[in-house]
Amino acid sequence: MYDRAVRRRRLTLAALLALSLLLLTAYFGESSGGVLHSAQRGVFGVFAPIQDGASRVLKPGRDLFGWFGDTIDAKGRVGELERSNRNLRARAIAGSEAERVNGQLRQLLNLDNAGGLAAAKPVTARVIGQSPTVWYASVTINEGSNRGVKVGNPVINGDGLVGQVSTVTGDAAVVTLISDGELAVPARVSVGGAQGVAQTGAGGPEDLRLKFIARRFRLDPGATVVTAGTVSNSPGLESLYPPGIPIGSVTRVEDPETDAQKIYLRTFADLRKLEIVQVLTSSINGNRR
Amino acid sequence: MNLNYRSLGWRLVLIGLFTVILQVAAVSQVKIFGVNADLVPLVAASVGLVCGALPGAVFGFALGLLLDFALVETVGVASLILLTIGYATGRLRELRDPQGAIVPLLVGAAATAAAQIGFSLLTFLLGQEVPLGWALLWELLGTVAFNAAIAIPVYLVVRRCLLSVLPEDPRRRRRRAYTTGGLSPLSRS
Repeated sequence: MYDRAVRRRRLTLAALLALSLLLLTAYFGESSGGVLHSAQRGVFGVFAPIQDGASRVLKPGRDLFGWFGDTIDAKGRVGELERSNRNLRARAIAGSEAERVNGQLRQLLNLDNAGGLAAAKPVTARVIGQSPTVWYASVTINEGSNRGVKVGNPVINGDGLVGQVSTVTGDAAVVTLISDGELAVPARVSVGGAQGVAQTGAGGPEDLRLKFIARRFRLDPGATVVTAGTVSNSPGLESLYPPGIPIGSVTRVEDPETDAQKIYLRTFADLRKLEIVQVLTSSINGNRR
Repeated sequence: MNLNYRSLGWRLVLIGLFTVILQVAAVSQVKIFGVNADLVPLVAASVGLVCGALPGAVFGFALGLLLDFALVETVGVASLILLTIGYATGRLRELRDPQGAIVPLLVGAAATAAAQIGFSLLTFLLGQEVPLGWALLWELLGTVAFNAAIAIPVYLVVRRCLLSVLPEDPRRRRRRAYTTGGLSPLSRS
């Protein structure tokens, strides 16, 4: 009797281990249209409305616990924000002059981009789910293909770029965040125009690296980095991201002005506290500037 | 052992669904000091501690599969890790039967650490870029500390949900007999 129980336990364990490894291998081996991916989208489609409802029901509790966390975080950020406020005030004065000149240049060049993103048919969505581990940088939102959301659409919030839609069902979608190692965003430094690629790899969920910047460009901490948009004139090489969406600011530069320079960015969007986001469902002029 | 598998199965299904929904829709979005709790390894470990190795392993596997499907993540990763956690904690109960009040806390912290390290190892082995650094280390340690703080309440809730469908623990029966004045082996002499 005891031997039978032991044998059954070991057999079950071996079977489950083998099944896990089999699923893992099959999932990695198949394309995104494969059986497991399709089944996953099916389960996700069923699960998303439940998740949406639960998210609404649990919001008061989440807000209560979030308030404790925010209060603790806010105390630590007061000094930092005061310094930032002083800098911003000085820059706002300089910025108003630049804005006047900029306005004249825009008129001259007939490149009025006012309301540019409004033409990208933004769809507002609520974050209804988030991965519990730091290894998967993704969130679930409550809008999907029924509102025109497609795989590859860029996602923003009030602070800047958040990520890109990676999976869509009728009423929900999964957004891969820019802190995921698989996303690479063509980026441009707003002052100086140096172009590179923003990608994760610095050491934290909100830290990015700006890669492939030519060594002739010197970047200082605080420089703003935005999406570059499409830089090629070839029709098949369009960027998924419209130009000019804020990504983050440079926090530090190691080995500046060398081929090995490492530029670290901090995202403007707080990727740990996403609540309302917008999906840009349409591109304007192939996302060219 | 006279296990009521059907009742136990239903309760485990409900616990699994509730855990995944609560984790994804609420707990993952509440950050304190930049980290959040992860109920999933705690619940898998608690089920292993309460029910034993076999139900622990099956529950861990199913919970991981549900999580991978619900979050559209690599299928099999969470199953493999949680299956191991459920089985290991179940074997701990079967071999050592630890009774201290602090046991769920220690097991919860160990299960969380194992889950975090397991995820990082598998992610690395699967060729995905892993952002290693102090911020991440802080996040891992923070999650372990956070989970250790809530491990005992989570264990008590899981235990309360499952205890009525499990066969009566002989040690519990013996202890109750001592306190009610009968059946103590010392009283026979």
